[in-house]
Amino acid sequence: MNPEIKAALRGKLLAMADDDLLLGHRNSEWTGHAPILEEDIAFANIALDEIGHAKLWYEILADLEGEDRETYPDRLVFHRLTSAWRSAQITELDKGDFAFTIVRQYLCDTAELARLEGLRTSSYTPVAEVANKIIAEEHYHHRHTRAWVRRLGLGTEESHERMERALHNLWPFTAQLFAPVPDEALLVEAGIVPDPQAVKEAWEGPVRAWLAECNLPAPEGLPPVNIGREIHTEHLVTLLGEMQSVARLVPEGVW
Amino acid sequence: MSTETTPPTDDAQAPTLDQVWQALGEVADPEIPVVSLVELGVVRDVTIEGEGVTVKMTPTFSGCPAMHVMREDVEKRLRELGFTEIDVQMVLSPPWSTDMIAPEAREKLRGFGIAPPPRIDGGDMITLIEVATCPHCGSKDAKMQNAFGPTLCRTIWTCNSCTQPFEQFKPI
Repeated sequence: MNPEIKAALRGKLLAMADDDLLLGHRNSEWTGHAPILEEDIAFANIALDEIGHAKLWYEILADLEGEDRETYPDRLVFHRLTSAWRSAQITELDKGDFAFTIVRQYLCDTAELARLEGLRTSSYTPVAEVANKIIAEEHYHHRHTRAWVRRLGLGTEESHERMERALHNLWPFTAQLFAPVPDEALLVEAGIVPDPQAVKEAWEGPVRAWLAECNLPAPEGLPPVNIGREIHTEHLVTLLGEMQSVARLVPEGVW
Repeated sequence: MSTETTPPTDDAQAPTLDQVWQALGEVADPEIPVVSLVELGVVRDVTIEGEGVTVKMTPTFSGCPAMHVMREDVEKRLRELGFTEIDVQMVLSPPWSTDMIAPEAREKLRGFGIAPPPRIDGGDMITLIEVATCPHCGSKDAKMQNAFGPTLCRTIWTCNSCTQPFEQFKPI
């Protein structure tokens, strides 16, 4: 693989892995705290899935880098400084209320499904294999969050108001999910990833339509993205501070 | 090497491929102990070369926390057979599907109180998740309580006929 394509692919894999890992971590924060037991169970499951997906992306990144796929994912997750993460800001934000969690997960599930559809036929076999593995699990997330968007969007005055507020706050962050990583055009040209603009178009229409059906019309347009994935919110700093604390205290710890 | 391992004696014959498959057929799923990893379709391939053995396994759900236990159990069983060089590889393609569960294992699941997954056979997985047959009384009149359950691979139901709760293996 030529070094420029390899560097771009490294950035793309890290971006996809980091997004899944942080979403999984945020979802895991509902364990023991969800509004009802069923959702406690559901979000613990979704969290596990997302962290499992992150692990698969980190493992093929390890293979690409010539690193050990057993230890490299842990190193990246537990010993990486904030500035080295390549997460989209939407995945970093605090979990908020249940409406915020549902809207974020719905927006991210739909974006991921649109991307995975394109990745299933990736010319880089490991990417195609991972995409084909995880897409079925994402369909189950989507089924779940989609139903909750309707239930809360058309629910009580309060649930609708909370959903509207969550959507208003989250919508501007979605654009970054479709912004190309550095040199992503090379990956598109090589057939490794789908064109991010096409992914965005495949995402936006159905999502707008569903939100409108749930009495939650999305704001007009998407704001331009003028920040890269190396710029983070303060939320990531506190998340990593907590998530990495044990691993940093006992770097070689085994339990 | 773990303490449970029986070291091979000098005159021990290397196990045959059939013996390895049979031994792995006794390694139970850590969360559903009535079915084996071979019946589940998690063990894909075995090759023997001298004193070494290579086993290919595939994950069920990608976040399944029991995967590393499955892997360790397989490695342990292979050591007990006397292999000294053990290579367990995880492969993703083709992705594991509940359609790969052996027919006899589906019956064992039912006997254990878990409704076997509906067969997908190229159909729509997302609508199939809405269908279940009560493993206790056989009624099809059941209501899903949660598409997520105590493990990644299960959904939670109640039967409207016998009123019992049950779990179903999630079709994927």
